[in-house]
Amino acid sequence: MTTTTTEALSATTLLRFATAGSVDDGKSTLVGRLLHDSKSVLTDQLEAVERASASRGQDGPDLALLTDGLRAEREQGITIDVAYRYFATPRRRFILADTPGHVQYTRNMVTGASTAELTVVLVDARNGVVEQTRRHAAIAALLRVPHVVLTVNKMDLVDYQESVFAAIAEEFTAYATELGVPAVTAIPISALTGDNVVEPSAHMDWYGGPTVLEYLETVPVSHDLSHCHARLPVQYVIRPQTAEHPDYRGYAGQIAAGSFRVGEEVTVLPSGRTTRISGIDLLGAPVDVAWTTQSVTVLLQDDIDVSRGDLIVPSKDAPATTQDVEATVCHVADQPLTVGHRVLLKHGTRTVKAVVRDIPSRLTLDDLSLHPHPGRLVANDIGRVKIRTAEPLPVDSYADSRRTGSFILIDPSDGTTLTAGMVGESFAAPEPVKNASEEEGWDF
Amino acid sequence: MTTVAEVTGGEEGTAGPYALSHLDALESEAVHIFREVAGEFENPVILFSGGKDSIVMLHLALKAFAPAPVPFSLLHVDTGHNFPEVLEYRDRVVAAHGLRLHVASVQDYIDRGVLKERPDGTRNPLQTLPLTEKIQSEKFDAVFGGGRRDEEKARAKERVFSLRDEFSQWDPRRQRPELWNLYNGRHAPGEHVRVFPLSNWTELDVWQYIAREGIELPEIYFAHEREVFRRAGMWLTAGEWGGPKDTETTEKRLVRYRTVGDMSCTGAVDSDATTLDAVITEIAASRLTERGATRADDKLSEAAMEDRKREGYF
Repeated sequence: MTTTTTEALSATTLLRFATAGSVDDGKSTLVGRLLHDSKSVLTDQLEAVERASASRGQDGPDLALLTDGLRAEREQGITIDVAYRYFATPRRRFILADTPGHVQYTRNMVTGASTAELTVVLVDARNGVVEQTRRHAAIAALLRVPHVVLTVNKMDLVDYQESVFAAIAEEFTAYATELGVPAVTAIPISALTGDNVVEPSAHMDWYGGPTVLEYLETVPVSHDLSHCHARLPVQYVIRPQTAEHPDYRGYAGQIAAGSFRVGEEVTVLPSGRTTRISGIDLLGAPVDVAWTTQSVTVLLQDDIDVSRGDLIVPSKDAPATTQDVEATVCHVADQPLTVGHRVLLKHGTRTVKAVVRDIPSRLTLDDLSLHPHPGRLVANDIGRVKIRTAEPLPVDSYADSRRTGSFILIDPSDGTTLTAGMVGESFAAPEPVKNASEEEGWDF
Repeated sequence: MTTVAEVTGGEEGTAGPYALSHLDALESEAVHIFREVAGEFENPVILFSGGKDSIVMLHLALKAFAPAPVPFSLLHVDTGHNFPEVLEYRDRVVAAHGLRLHVASVQDYIDRGVLKERPDGTRNPLQTLPLTEKIQSEKFDAVFGGGRRDEEKARAKERVFSLRDEFSQWDPRRQRPELWNLYNGRHAPGEHVRVFPLSNWTELDVWQYIAREGIELPEIYFAHEREVFRRAGMWLTAGEWGGPKDTETTEKRLVRYRTVGDMSCTGAVDSDATTLDAVITEIAASRLTERGATRADDKLSEAAMEDRKREGYF
């Protein structure tokens, strides 16, 4: 039961993006304008903000109240956590991870960036690239966010001068490229007056590029699967055991990377057993091929032992398994991570016991310098760790696969999520990064 | 520098060959969440009110485990002030899919004197105790809710896997960061995890998905003539729950519901939308949020939803 209306609406794609900006860079204004100009702020929400602003004795509506949802945030006038916001245009739907900009909230920025395909970094045109900008760029690089947009805000306060914008864009792009950010798009804006946010600016005819919204609407989100290692973490074994399906045995999971095809030879890790895909069910309907991030059920030709936690991969492109994982991590818990710490490591659908063997360095985001052997990582620290796992894991380099190259550490005593991990060499590794698609994985 | 560098040429970028439509992406993510819970928990349950969000949840669960049955039971928190069409729908769906239904009844608690009827007749806040006691007595360790982050600003901060303590309380300052799609469901005995597979859906997504999948809904979602009266700016249905008062007069109007909840605080909106397409067109044009238009209980205070969530409400 579809018409042109619903069909056109549901044919749109989804873009997940994150914002990063310091307190006074105008992040709330930019977010507010994107929400407002895409008509995602509705009358009753605006009225609620007006009521709340008035009761606080403020003259006009405080748009920050749209995004500060919790009692403590409103009381203190701060943002304490990632919030997710939603808006849509006829071309695309957006999930915005709205992350606070304070340095002590590095973990929130990491959280937001972990699922983002794009990060918007805000810079105040009057201040240019500052320490906080470098941190935001570093986190985007660390998390391998595919697209970075630099918005040079408050152009109205520098007379809309092209030279101001060009200098900031050049400095930022050089820095980000050095970090390994693949593509930077720089846009001069004024979030307050709306220049180049949704509507093209009438003040900057020297700028010929897209507005922020135009860019968000058109940036590509599909992946070139020919360069991806196909990976399917097995979540759940589907065995109906009913009269209708007495022998059905399907391995359900969300394809983490690449694509799978019926007839393909696959290997199940960590056992290393090999068979062929005899069928793929895409939520009840058989298909010949399926790709990332579809949730599928795979049927195998041979009745081999496969269970939750296993990884199905093409036999010709299987990762090695290892019990020694070296990674860059961001520590997200209040209790520190120390050498000798016994933890649980969740990778894909598998959770194993592990121990922190070494913390070789801690990274200072401001200047990317390394502090050797810090002994421990505290909340919001980024560092290198070496972890020994109780069972072999088929990990990829995070540079190759954000899904199968990432893991979390969990405190076994109370279940706290301790640390976000990215397998492989750090973006800040002193040695040059190896050639793209031929990369063998990681170095241990 | 690496494989993440400039993905596909993607002219215009909107739909490369391997891009999922936004509904497919949301569906795939929700299915992943259902399967994670099935893989990691002993005794999960789906909160099922017969409202559109829980109906979509059930539909997703059916797809996630097909051709096997859904490995979860359902739980309805019955306020005693239900729309009859919704109860009828609930029972029909449960029977059709051979599901097990648990009911936590607010009326039972009132009859036993454990809960007291509020002067305004609203029973939504009274749901929390029957819900949390049922979770404890049945030892549910994962409880699926249809909550969406677009509904309300406190919910915008909600995790997909949200740990609740032994009193079912939510503490927004002590939430676990959620990274990639690596959900952490660890919990101590007595604690449980609330799981929100529709976190990233908007009201419009839900309706578009219902239209795409051809999902049947209770009739109150479509325009129909109904005896209603005005209270606090909303059209409420007259019923045994205590409305209208002597000072309130009923009239027949063409209305529909945007949400399904307790009759005492769920308002209808004027509408002539009798088909899914008409409903979608109406919602896309609406300048009011779903809750702003139809829920009295959220208007009780600026942090009404946050406060109820802290206590254990879904």
